[in-house]
Amino acid sequence: MGKIRTPYLLLLPGFLFLFTFFILPIVNLAQTSTQTPIAGGDTGQYEQTLRFANYLDAFLENREQFGRSFLYALIATVLALMISYPLAYAIAFKSGKYKNFLLVLVVAPFFTSFLLRTVAWKQILGEEGFVVPTLRTIGIISESTTLTSTAFAVVMGMTYNFLPFMTLPLYASIDRIDPRTLEASGDLYANAFTTFRKVTLPLSMPGVVAGTLLTFIPAAGDYVNAAILGSPNTKMIGNVIESRYFKIVDYPTAAALSFTLMAAILILVTLYIRKAGTEELV
Amino acid sequence: MSKKTVDATIPTIPLTARFQRWFGRNLIRVYMVLAFTYLFIPVAYTFAFSFNDSGKSNLIWKGFTLDNWKNPCGAPEVCTALANSIKIGLLATIFSTILGTMIAFAIGRHKFKGRSTSNLLIFLPMATPEIVLGASLLSLFLVFKINPGFWPTVIAHVMFCISFVVVTVKARIASLDPRLEQAAMDLYANEFQTFRRVTLPLVAPGIAGAALLAFSLSFDDFIITNFNSGTVTTFPKFVYTAAARGIPAQANVIGSGMFFLALAIVIAGQFVNRRKAR
Repeated sequence: MGKIRTPYLLLLPGFLFLFTFFILPIVNLAQTSTQTPIAGGDTGQYEQTLRFANYLDAFLENREQFGRSFLYALIATVLALMISYPLAYAIAFKSGKYKNFLLVLVVAPFFTSFLLRTVAWKQILGEEGFVVPTLRTIGIISESTTLTSTAFAVVMGMTYNFLPFMTLPLYASIDRIDPRTLEASGDLYANAFTTFRKVTLPLSMPGVVAGTLLTFIPAAGDYVNAAILGSPNTKMIGNVIESRYFKIVDYPTAAALSFTLMAAILILVTLYIRKAGTEELV
Repeated sequence: MSKKTVDATIPTIPLTARFQRWFGRNLIRVYMVLAFTYLFIPVAYTFAFSFNDSGKSNLIWKGFTLDNWKNPCGAPEVCTALANSIKIGLLATIFSTILGTMIAFAIGRHKFKGRSTSNLLIFLPMATPEIVLGASLLSLFLVFKINPGFWPTVIAHVMFCISFVVVTVKARIASLDPRLEQAAMDLYANEFQTFRRVTLPLVAPGIAGAALLAFSLSFDDFIITNFNSGTVTTFPKFVYTAAARGIPAQANVIGSGMFFLALAIVIAGQFVNRRKAR
């Protein structure tokens, strides 16, 4: 009798907490998203009128920022994958006794606050930094070109900030590959490229899926990189939600936008997991 | 190793060809060095500018000084923000580690109805963008007329840390050899004794890792904190607000200090593990 109850008793406090502070807020957010301002009320006072057109209005008004969020997040994810895969591979197979040390190095930048690092990028890429004058002297960029306040800077910052989220899961699944399978592939006259395509990559797929999700999800909802490294022309949906909440006090629109963002991400993630065919995530 | 022998036996190959060969063989290592350079550029920059004799705005290099390190609390509010971050981080770590470890044991050790739903409930907060977590929680607090501040921030942090604790501890539980517990039972240990003397010590490193992860997630969080903290300033929030008018060099000191402290903890942990393994 007691044995059957044990798991539920263990789950109870944690799930009660998650129910109150995760599920309930999401339900409440859904409710807020269809409210309208009270006629003659103060700013920030809303009543429930089940106005589902809020979603349409919010989306149409901000489709540019939505598109940008997903585009930037996609580019940052692809870049992070391109940087992380060889890095994770090198740590797993080519680093010998320095493996643990190199793994620590991947996580180490995390310990300096990510905001400090993002601001550091702003200053490195800014007019007073060393990058812009150097590139101008070599002639790679023209005198009037700047690097900060551009889409380039935002995507670069996002790629940078989410890099360890990509590298760690990739490492975890590449490290599990038995090097003998790679040798066997070579023995069977596969060249390096074929071995990678037919053996290494399929075996590391769980890491690729986990890494891309862990990068794409926070990247799509991010607004810090766009706020620090971008300009009004690089605003993402996160910036809009933030300003609706704090500056305009338009809770229903902010809620509708949050919900649309979450739904879009969940749909994309589900499609992606189906396509990539991994069930190991949960 | 093999590179050396090749170089020694075929000394007549021209230099460029030798370089090409070396490059081809070490391409991935060169790539690794470049990737690490990218990762560490802003860390090095932050560290370097912690020594800047900058005055108010730490934008341009004005000269070397140790003053910032001697007096890290010199800039107004920097240390209040840091203290808040540490307090919130510790509380969030304690609560999320306890709740998360219990869930991890339930899911990792028991078969029960609703197990896959439980897994889903753990996965969902990790799949939700931070801004949605932060905004929805703030909406709830507003409905119940709870003002954002210290405790709402702690609650928010516990909420998003739990899932990460569960995943970390669950992985450790999954890697346990069940025969160790069976052996304990065979030696007449009852369930509680087995848990306390065998299971818990074996899972402990996983729990410690989860706690460290929770603390660093909480300490570095900005988005969710910004929504739920009201007038309470945390360290990331301080940096964000200060970014507009120039961050004082003391913030760089604290960032760099945290970096070296965490590195020291990790290295010490590895050292202890290695000694234990002997």
